Amino acid sequence: MQQRVTVSERGVVKQSLDWVTKRFGRKPSDLLFRGLTLLLVLVVIATVIGVAVVLVVYSWPTIRDFGWSFLVNQAFDPVHNIYGVLPAIFGTLVTSAFAMIFAIPIGVGASIFVVDFCPRPLRISLAFFTDLLAAIPSVIIGLFGFLLLAPWLQHTGEPWLQQHLGFIPLFQGQIQGVGLLAAGMVLTIMVLPLVIATSREVMLTVPTSQREAMLALGATRWEVIRYAVLPFSRIGILGGIILALGRALGETLAVTMVIGNQATKPSWSLFQTGYTLSSVIANQFGEATPGHFLSAVIEAGLLVFIITLITNLLARGLIISLERQETRGVRVV
Amino acid sequence: MSITASTRIPTEANRFQPPPSARGMGRQVSNVLVIVLCTLFALFAVGVLIYLVVYILSNGFPYLNLDLFTKLPTPNGEPGGGMGEAVQGTMIMVGLAALIGVPLGMFTAIYLSEFGHGWLANGVRTLVDLLTGVPTIIFGLFAWVLIVIPQGGFSGLSGGVALGIIVIPIVARTTEDVLHLVPRELREASLALGATESRTILRVVVPAASSGIITGIVLSLARVAGETAPLLMTAFGTTFWNTDIRYPMDALPLRIFNFTLSPYQAQINQAYAGSIILILLILITSFAVRWFTGGFKRKF
Repeated sequence: MQQRVTVSERGVVKQSLDWVTKRFGRKPSDLLFRGLTLLLVLVVIATVIGVAVVLVVYSWPTIRDFGWSFLVNQAFDPVHNIYGVLPAIFGTLVTSAFAMIFAIPIGVGASIFVVDFCPRPLRISLAFFTDLLAAIPSVIIGLFGFLLLAPWLQHTGEPWLQQHLGFIPLFQGQIQGVGLLAAGMVLTIMVLPLVIATSREVMLTVPTSQREAMLALGATRWEVIRYAVLPFSRIGILGGIILALGRALGETLAVTMVIGNQATKPSWSLFQTGYTLSSVIANQFGEATPGHFLSAVIEAGLLVFIITLITNLLARGLIISLERQETRGVRVV
Repeated sequence: MSITASTRIPTEANRFQPPPSARGMGRQVSNVLVIVLCTLFALFAVGVLIYLVVYILSNGFPYLNLDLFTKLPTPNGEPGGGMGEAVQGTMIMVGLAALIGVPLGMFTAIYLSEFGHGWLANGVRTLVDLLTGVPTIIFGLFAWVLIVIPQGGFSGLSGGVALGIIVIPIVARTTEDVLHLVPRELREASLALGATESRTILRVVVPAASSGIITGIVLSLARVAGETAPLLMTAFGTTFWNTDIRYPMDALPLRIFNFTLSPYQAQINQAYAGSIILILLILITSFAVRWFTGGFKRKF
């Protein structure tokens, strides 16, 4: 007791710091650092959960009052208080499917060329160029689509398609320039560099010994790719494709600029104008008045969020199961 | 059954070549077909992309001048003027995004690479991955609902917050990757010298990975500098000088978007010129990053 009183102010601090060290097994500064790190991580977690919660809470009025009919209603009509996003879901799926149908074969083929067929000096500049284009802001692609592609489609592209392939339902209907076709093409241009860049990266990691082994067995260059390169890199290519799909499903600006933003009844025609879920948000938030209108816009956002989340989770599951399969295969061999 | 010299020598090609067969021919044909097809695809892809860049450059180059950085847009599309307020706004909001996103992203990465194990770390890693895949307009919507609607007006602050959230996962992923590359021996050496854990991380591990971390930060900031969708409903845009983040603020991509849809040719021309500025920004950052990290040599 006597001793305690004589201990100086500094001594008390040191003593309590020592006590902390002994009690928790770490220096106080370390504890502080760990605490800070954990705090910031919790902020990140709270942000992600916060985004989901905010979207659900603010779209609750329409979820409650319209339920599933929000997904199948064709009108987005604030005047009559009827809200539905069927045309937008249709537009989102059609434009993304269009982009993937063209971007996957062209992108993977181009990356096979870049990795295996083209001369080495050309490869480096091609790689740099495609990487650069993967980073081009969507507003610039949108500008290209709006000022060049859509007018071209209106005057040359779509009339030509209708004249020569008009018997296919896809190319029937009124020619407007802007519409699903223009949006799909813009999305193709956007995701193409992404597919090329990711597939190229993965194919470059295939060991040279694998290729050489195939060549030594007398394989042609295509057989080397078919049996040594593609099976080795399919998981990575798939990952890149799903990344591209997620980007296409959620892309807002470039699509908004060329899709026409008019809800039309879903039909076979690629020439019709349309909506995507994100372009509904970009177009309507300005007028949205509190109540059903506001919450309908936010529910469109919630749908985009859910769709991309499911895409990403599916991708993760698929990749994990493929990886498991592969390790199992190796063990058997 | 002896092979006479006359049948063997004249060809003098590969003696081990198997005799031609239908199957062999088929393999050769499909090989050539695939090579041609892949070359065509590559030519097409690169052709389209080069055309896009040349189109923007050729249309915007005549209108690229200093006024673009120093003057305000003219009313009603009169010729002249610039987009100075947009350049200023982009700088302010990207700065805000860096202030918000870089510490959060970096400490998340430090947590994942240095402390994290078990379900919490796995959960955080999954969340960060998922965050990368979420369309950016969702973060705009988030900032709109949380900041713009309660405040009753668009603001630069809400734009900065939306961009900051986009920065988090990019910085976190690149930083975590490079932190994993720092050798274990470096950490052990520092701890063996008596340095505390926090000192080891802040003075040894992070500096060792600094070039990679800076690369990630620069790339993420270049990326958000080109974002438009989340700014539509947060910063909204203005045609006046504004440094007050409580009020609407302009951004380069936002100005390009508005000018592209403009009915006036003078503004469309400036949209092209503004696009060149954005492309140059990306070009310069990627060159700087590659030069800085020696990426050209290491990668290829």
